Amino acid sequence: MLLSELNRMSSHLLFMATNGMDLGAVSMMIYGWREREEVLRFFQKVTGLRMNHNFIRPGGLAADLPAGWRDDVLRLLDMLPDRLEEYDVLMTGQPIWRERLQGVGVITPTEALALGATGPILRSTGVEWDLRRDMPYLRYDEVDFDVVVGTYGDAFDRYAIRLNEIRESMGIVRQILDRMPSGDYRIQDKKVTPPPRARIDESMEALIHHFKIFTEGFRVPEGEVYVGIESPRGEIGCYIASDGSPTPYRMHMRAPSFVNIQCLPHMMRGGLVADAVAVISSVDPVLGEVDR
Amino acid sequence: MSDQATNEGTEMSADEGSELHGCPLVDSRGQEVLHVPRDRYTEVLRALTDEGYAMCVDLTAVDYSRFMDRDLPEGIEPERFEVVVNLLDISNRRRLRVRVQVPESDPVVPTLFDLHPGTEAMEREVYDMFGISFSDHPDPSRILMPEDWIGHPLRKDYETGSIPVQFKGAPT
Repeated sequence: MLLSELNRMSSHLLFMATNGMDLGAVSMMIYGWREREEVLRFFQKVTGLRMNHNFIRPGGLAADLPAGWRDDVLRLLDMLPDRLEEYDVLMTGQPIWRERLQGVGVITPTEALALGATGPILRSTGVEWDLRRDMPYLRYDEVDFDVVVGTYGDAFDRYAIRLNEIRESMGIVRQILDRMPSGDYRIQDKKVTPPPRARIDESMEALIHHFKIFTEGFRVPEGEVYVGIESPRGEIGCYIASDGSPTPYRMHMRAPSFVNIQCLPHMMRGGLVADAVAVISSVDPVLGEVDR
Repeated sequence: MSDQATNEGTEMSADEGSELHGCPLVDSRGQEVLHVPRDRYTEVLRALTDEGYAMCVDLTAVDYSRFMDRDLPEGIEPERFEVVVNLLDISNRRRLRVRVQVPESDPVVPTLFDLHPGTEAMEREVYDMFGISFSDHPDPSRILMPEDWIGHPLRKDYETGSIPVQFKGAPT
């Protein structure tokens, strides 16, 4: 949960950067990438990778948090509020920025719902829908945070929502820091999680479990299930059908950008060609999940 | 149409035999799944939309050709393909999944475009990957693969291992 909120922050910071760059605020691009890099540096320390961490696995996490993680997170939390204030000065209150975004790319709640749009796009129209609050997963029902919504459904609302969601995420991270429980970072079910490396040298069973998990995996019951969570861009869902074997029979990812990008024609209709860039940027599409 | 939802194997039905709009409603790992026959698909989806399931979150398909003995409620004949629609009711915070059996000999399903315009891209993806057509779809073309691609990659019998280069202008 700590990692997913930090990831949301890094994603929104990147949006700040690209949104600024697309509209000519080139210094914003440098600032956004700079802050994101700080978050990614923490991820690299924790997971070994900057992106695509493959860290959350069946049964828990791949490894424990490294020593000193709390100081690293606190340093991030100390640094970011001032930087976000800078963004406000640089962009939010600035007349040119408002002129470029306000009233541009308007979408109504009905349109957004019909098009299946989720995340900041749906919330910008005033629909309060956040899976973290409305269908809680992990421990989101135990932390306090506000669901940020807009009023007009325009590009400025989407920008403001993401900016304020960074602040909400920082609040969630603070609460997690206060309440982080001690204990194992994964369940000790030998059929699901691999045994500790040291055990393999001395225990035949540990070796067998290790071998079985990495060559065959573990069997799940037959059936099918869909789980959706709130990603920075909207609902990211996973539909898995299983025939009882260790590999999924069919796995389908519901990618938020793939669906959200369908809003573009509706947002752009009747607008200026020059605003097209602002509209595309405000949807924050990741083309890796659109053309997958 | 039988009103008995079977309760065998893994489909642990909490409310056995329940149904919605005359279609068997089963419980799949705590999630509600409605098995709708293809000829009533549009009608049931329209009724569900009026009931509050106003948002179509996801539409996908499964090729069950290698898993034909899966658990289905009584009265639902297993077919090769299955179209899976995930609906969301925002005001009541509930989800519903609709599964439709689609035979291999006639892989056509009515489009949901009139009801949920957001399914436009998803239906094209299903067509692209599985070769299931959606009748009356406004733009029934491929979406991910090149438009002159032959075959549907997510079908279980799609040849892998020796795929000829199919891009336009590629040396053969």
